[in-house]
Amino acid sequence: MLLALVLLLFTACTESAPQSTLEPEGPVARQQDDLFRPVFWIATAVFVFVEGLILLIVVKFRHREGRDAIPTQVHGNKRLELLWTIIPTVILAGIAVPTIGAIFNLSREPDPATRLDVTIIAHQWWWEVEYPEERVITANEIHIPTGRPVYFRLESRNQGAEIPVIHSFWVPKLGGKQDVVPGRIVHLTYEAEQPGTYLGQCAEFCGISHAYMRLRMIAHTPEDFEAWLENEGSRAATPDSGLAQRGFELFQSFPGGSCMACHAINGLDGAAARIGPDLTHFGSRETFAGAIADLTPEELRRWLDDPASVKPGAKMPDYGLSDEEIEALVAYLLSLE
Amino acid sequence: MATEVLPQRRGWTLHRPTATTGVWSWITTVDHKRIGILYGVTAFVMFLAGGVEALLLRVQLATPENNFISAETYNQLFTMHGTTMIFLVIMPLSAAFFNYFLPLQIGARDVAFPRLNAFSYWVFLAGGIFMYTSFFLGGAPNGGWFGYAPLNTEGGVLDVVRTHNMDFWVLGLIILGIASTVSAVNLLVTIINMRAPGMTFMRMPVFTWMTFVVQFLLVFALPIITVALFELLFDRLFGTNFFNVLNGGDPVLWQHLFWLFGHPEVYILILPAMGIVSEILPVFSRKPLFGYAVVVFSGIAIGFMGWGVWAHHMFAVGLGPVANSAFALSTMFIAVPTGVKIFNWLATMWGGDLRFKTPMLFAIGFVAMFTIGGLSGVTHAIVPHDTQQTDTYYIVAHFHYVLFGGAIFGLFGGAYFWWPKITGKLLNERIGKANFWLMFLGFNLTFAPFHILGLEGMARRTHTYPEGMGWDFWNMVSTVGAFLIAVSVAVFMWNVMRTRTKGEVAGDDPWDGRSLEWSISSPPPAHNFDEIPEVHEVDDFWHKKYAEDEHGRLAPAVAGGAGYGPSEAHAGGHGDGEHGGHEAIHMPSPSYYPAFTAIGFPLLAWGLIFSPALIVIGAAILLGGLYGWALEPSAE
Amino acid sequence: MSVQAAAHAEHPATNTGMSNVKVGMWGFLASECLLFGALISTYLLYRGRVGQAGGPIPHDVYDIPFTSVSSFVLLMSSLTMVLALAAIQRGDERRLRVWLVATALLGMVFISGQVYEFSTFVEEGLTLKTNVASTAFFVLTGFHGAHVSIGILMLLSLWGISHQGKLPPSRSEAVELVGLYWHFVDIVWIVIFTLVYLVPAPAGAGGG
Repeated sequence: MLLALVLLLFTACTESAPQSTLEPEGPVARQQDDLFRPVFWIATAVFVFVEGLILLIVVKFRHREGRDAIPTQVHGNKRLELLWTIIPTVILAGIAVPTIGAIFNLSREPDPATRLDVTIIAHQWWWEVEYPEERVITANEIHIPTGRPVYFRLESRNQGAEIPVIHSFWVPKLGGKQDVVPGRIVHLTYEAEQPGTYLGQCAEFCGISHAYMRLRMIAHTPEDFEAWLENEGSRAATPDSGLAQRGFELFQSFPGGSCMACHAINGLDGAAARIGPDLTHFGSRETFAGAIADLTPEELRRWLDDPASVKPGAKMPDYGLSDEEIEALVAYLLSLE
Repeated sequence: MATEVLPQRRGWTLHRPTATTGVWSWITTVDHKRIGILYGVTAFVMFLAGGVEALLLRVQLATPENNFISAETYNQLFTMHGTTMIFLVIMPLSAAFFNYFLPLQIGARDVAFPRLNAFSYWVFLAGGIFMYTSFFLGGAPNGGWFGYAPLNTEGGVLDVVRTHNMDFWVLGLIILGIASTVSAVNLLVTIINMRAPGMTFMRMPVFTWMTFVVQFLLVFALPIITVALFELLFDRLFGTNFFNVLNGGDPVLWQHLFWLFGHPEVYILILPAMGIVSEILPVFSRKPLFGYAVVVFSGIAIGFMGWGVWAHHMFAVGLGPVANSAFALSTMFIAVPTGVKIFNWLATMWGGDLRFKTPMLFAIGFVAMFTIGGLSGVTHAIVPHDTQQTDTYYIVAHFHYVLFGGAIFGLFGGAYFWWPKITGKLLNERIGKANFWLMFLGFNLTFAPFHILGLEGMARRTHTYPEGMGWDFWNMVSTVGAFLIAVSVAVFMWNVMRTRTKGEVAGDDPWDGRSLEWSISSPPPAHNFDEIPEVHEVDDFWHKKYAEDEHGRLAPAVAGGAGYGPSEAHAGGHGDGEHGGHEAIHMPSPSYYPAFTAIGFPLLAWGLIFSPALIVIGAAILLGGLYGWALEPSAE
Repeated sequence: MSVQAAAHAEHPATNTGMSNVKVGMWGFLASECLLFGALISTYLLYRGRVGQAGGPIPHDVYDIPFTSVSSFVLLMSSLTMVLALAAIQRGDERRLRVWLVATALLGMVFISGQVYEFSTFVEEGLTLKTNVASTAFFVLTGFHGAHVSIGILMLLSLWGISHQGKLPPSRSEAVELVGLYWHFVDIVWIVIFTLVYLVPAPAGAGGG
């Protein structure tokens, strides 16, 4: 009853839903969706049949005033029982065949010659992204080429004092999720058809900031992707003057610590730690902190001032930086394009 | 049961208590009916607690990027909401009906082990209280009702001071598991060994049958979660390696053990409600249950098949295509016996003379809503797309349709149905109907949108969500619906209050019932049956009232009408000993020991967390209680 | 109740003919099967695994002859348990107490053997926390040891009750129930001894 109404609204719904599983944008997601839709309509048909029957029975056999005769006492009917055992079994068997076909089909590894390999390391609560062949490391925003299967190697790894927990990697428009279980290395294939930004997030409860472990899959045309890779593979810019220069110095050492203890920057001597995200081309990203905050000076200031206020449980400490120090660091970080 | 072997009493053991009214009579009672009421009241209070938790969650999620509660509070509340509703509400609410009506339906005077029965209740209560003290002792459990490792061993918090939140969860569940296991063995023995003459298995009411299946599931499923919980506990307390990846442990083992318990648990939650609905529909259709044997066997089939589907909770783990295919098949085909039940219920109503009293409304609501939950369940079995659904609100929608639209509707139906038997007074019909329709509307408003939210990619267990995801509208609708459910529950409470003073006196058989509990007075006497009834067929009491010719037509039975032997003829004689039969009925005496012994468990658990001294005290109480119990004379 | 059952003799049986407590004990033992089933499964999954921690696995430190002897002792205790039950069923309360004490003593010998075994393992570097194989081993055998200890307590309690003259032959069922439990714990040990001690660990495991 209500679901019928809901269904109507559902199809009529034009509101944009960037994480919708119902609008597949790649072959993997499409194959999953193609399996779901017929089953959904079969389920809807059964739903309408059963609920309609309930309504019919409720109207037709309701007690009416003056009818006091006790109804005929029917105890059962073997034929009917068989009928409603066999029909659902046949329907389910019909669903099972393509399902199992798709399970095996989707578990196939894409051809190593054409695919792009990307390693994803899940942390609490961000994603480290590594392009092993291209020797590029970034975080949370995963750039991929269109029209080419991307073969993800997923792991949840121990780094620093961090004990790994289970995460789940998921970009709905490109395909279903894959749990990332510590101690196991698993794989997942996604492919995007059109350039664009596809949102995703961690789908397995992983602690206090689980909701803040988001990600973006940014698909480029193959040419744009190559250009992006080239820029990413280059060494970071070293500022030589102004506020950014001051920030560069602070990055290496400020009263009470050093950013280099956790963060790597390709091109900066001694900045090779992989506890926090690699910041080599930080300034070119759209978001940071698990893809939850837009990369703007305001947001970055808020983060450097007190990371845990932006993201509960954030591993980055509040160093009690002064406003001047924060300004300088913001300038430096944004210069890392 | 030879009870007269040891009349003398040891000097130092407690006298058997004698209070028949007041608080002590409740604390020391071993009467299955009173214990049933205790279960029911406690579970309802927990239902309110779990409901308040749910409302807080819904307020937080009403708007995007809301700061009504913190992430940490949110995690505690959703963990406690799930744990409470499953272990402290649906299971004990079902237990309330098991306790009260199982002996009545099989024509027994009590359960097999009355003191153990009381013990089960007190241990359950102790476990619930223990878990809820966490709110005042450093924070409630915050790792999810599924308690995945290694998040809940030491995972992720090694550099932080270890918190006790999940210790409360693990220890609390172990205590509750002990309570349920003891109770399950007790009820199993009761059904196997204490049926009235002629009450063969295939003459038992369907509620009793479903109870029977559930006790088997409990007996076999609980030890598995117990082992898993001990492994998690040892990892937390003693630094063992069960789920420690570095030392060779495998987090997936937890998932296998948890869901190997967890899926039978789903049927533990739903089968009692299916049993209740199978009682209500025939009574208010004035027709026997269609296909009694088929309904019973499909219940058994569900019980068996429930053991072979657990990995469908783990389709995103990466178990490989062969395992995934096998579990996809088993998950699809468990829908068959479930569907068979639904069609049998519909056929029961077909051709009936339907009277829409409140219990009937809830029962029909159950069938309608459970169907939705069943259908979305089938969509989970298409593994490739389940990887899209799992851990989203689509799943949350599914299991709320099963556990709220299913179990809770069934249990509310049972409450309205059996209230007159328990209290002697009928709950008000008009308020009852308002209760049903508010709950029905609120329920659908709350949970139907979850289907959409889930398919639009909203992940579960997230304390907030950003703007612009297309989720704002349906989240707000859901929050409004949640408050409507709260109103419906308030209406129920008002109905209960009102009935205490103004309720209509029910009489023995207000609904023209079919099973034995309707053949005795409301409320039933302490000994249930003046004379143990003799049973000749399914729905025996109905057939005492109505004779059926070979065409299935009924006529009121000849001479004497309803009733079993003297209970009808001597209706005035209850309790005052006029009737000769009463003197001979020995009911078990109340006892202090079950409640006393139960106190030992939470003390042990607090001790494990905070102080060895408490362990010693708890163990002493436990052992002392058991010894006193064993040596307690059986009657005085 | 038995009177009524007799009065309705024309009905098919609606009980098992066994007493409630005995049916209850069988139900409890069925539940225990799953408890040990889950523990044994855990061990079998983990028996050769050490992770990065390395260290010995249980198979590196087993002393099979020693454990065989203590297993034999536990098996013999089942025999004395049977003799205890036979004694009370004959009405021989003195022999009952003798055999109860004998059973408890054999159980204590087994437990002492386990304590000794554990302490030698610890000396050889296999502790509860060494690696996941050692964890699974100690927890499984520890749970079994706890069950044996509870059995010993029950046996001694029976002995005490009998000593006070409160365990007449009419209550022989109490002995039978403890016997059921005791045999169950014995059988579980046979399974554990076979699967955990005698079946070799997967090739290549251990030492890591």
